[in-house]
Amino acid sequence: MTTNEAIRVSGGDGPDGHLDELRTDPIALLERVRAECGDVGRFDLADREVVLLTGAEANEFFFRAPEELLDQAEAYPFMKPVFGEGVVFDASPERRREMLHNQALRDKYMRGHAATIAAEVETMVARWDDEGEVDLLDWFAELTIYTSSACLIGRRFRAQLDRRFADLYHDLERGTDALAFVDPYADIESFRIRDRSREALVELVAGIMAEREATARAEDEEADLLDVLMSIRDEDGGLRFPPAMVTGIFISMMFAGHHTTSTTASWMVIELLRNAGAFDRVATEIDTFAAQGEEVSYQVLREMPITEAALKETLRLHPPLILLLRVAKEAFTIEGVDVRAGQMVGASPWVSNRIAASFAEPDRFDLERYVEPRAEDLDNPWNWIPFGAGRHRCVGAAFAMMQLKAIFAVLLRDWELELAQPPDSYRPDMSKMVIQLQQPVRVRYRRRAGRS
Amino acid sequence: MRIEIDRDLCQVHGVCESEAPEVFVVPKRAETVTVLIEHPDESLRPRITAAAKYCPTRAIRIIEED
Repeated sequence: MTTNEAIRVSGGDGPDGHLDELRTDPIALLERVRAECGDVGRFDLADREVVLLTGAEANEFFFRAPEELLDQAEAYPFMKPVFGEGVVFDASPERRREMLHNQALRDKYMRGHAATIAAEVETMVARWDDEGEVDLLDWFAELTIYTSSACLIGRRFRAQLDRRFADLYHDLERGTDALAFVDPYADIESFRIRDRSREALVELVAGIMAEREATARAEDEEADLLDVLMSIRDEDGGLRFPPAMVTGIFISMMFAGHHTTSTTASWMVIELLRNAGAFDRVATEIDTFAAQGEEVSYQVLREMPITEAALKETLRLHPPLILLLRVAKEAFTIEGVDVRAGQMVGASPWVSNRIAASFAEPDRFDLERYVEPRAEDLDNPWNWIPFGAGRHRCVGAAFAMMQLKAIFAVLLRDWELELAQPPDSYRPDMSKMVIQLQQPVRVRYRRRAGRS
Repeated sequence: MRIEIDRDLCQVHGVCESEAPEVFVVPKRAETVTVLIEHPDESLRPRITAAAKYCPTRAIRIIEED
């Protein structure tokens, strides 16, 4: 029997294969795989072979595959030291359904979240002068710590957080070097900072828990997830969930929605400002609601087609995750190429979101792609994949879109923004598996006339 | 009309239930949505269309019948 294995992409001649390139210039690597090998190609991370699938046909296979075929539990070794044992980065569909039930992501809670998020933005801008300068990534990273903790854990916990938690959390995200594919505990700077930050977060959470132990219990209607976790005791009356475990649970609950939302919000501002007319189009839509005296409500946020189009285009060009991974549990054939059990299998939102056959002039920011009658996201369900697709689609996608719209509805209603750096100086930072933006990411803000 | 659900896509967000509770239910702990009326009356069309439109995973399809 002859086998037809995936072609290996050029480069990666050292002992670690393409690992160094993945750590320094992952885009070049992922794009070269498609250019040289087509829909199915291969690169190597040390002794692991990764079969990269791109294009609609291969992506549909990837996203519809059951767990028994493509397993994700083993695919993200860089996340284990961040979350701790027993918490996985990319949960199974069954676990995702549980999360939907347990984590307040269901539709009936969204209405309340919209108001909570708007209020958090108001609190953050209240610190601003009438005009000034801000680093977008720092600002959105802090904001989304407050919004995600308030919505997913509870307002009581949110009220006990400040900037320190956001900074430590950011350091934790920076600890996702792809070197973890070889050794997640290697003695490098970013892993040392990761481990120190995690310990410091546990201390912060322990302090919050001690404060709660010392004071009266919350009224039932005010109780949040931390109160619930603290109420569960073992036979000796001790905490069933001590601070280290609570911290791990909270880190993992907030993780998927944090760096993703803060980087998307940052890129949204940049793209709106460096593409002529885009900022004004979105601001005009938001003004229409503001002029009608509409509160930033769930229903209003659903009817913002231009803002939504701009967000979709931002996500297409800057997908927060550029490489999704699984491990093949059985052999299979895809587009005539044989994949062996044990090989890793990847999909790339970055590459697939830019396939020219689906998206004309793929590198151009064009929010018209999603304005009726066009709907390039729905027309290309297996190539427009910033949230993944199928049964593994991000369960927080609806929450994320609502949150981003709420943020911009408040921000653009009251503030004018302007780039403070040359337009092409805003660049992604892909040196870690959790991608961010290269700092500084400065913009100027000015209060709009007549807004208080 | 007839309602079709792509079971690979449904993640039980429950938006359809909010839009058209007489047609869709998402019981607690359910793995997928339950469609109560396979061939709903025309009068329900606006709400079913909204359910399909706002479904976060676009798992609902409305099939026209004659």
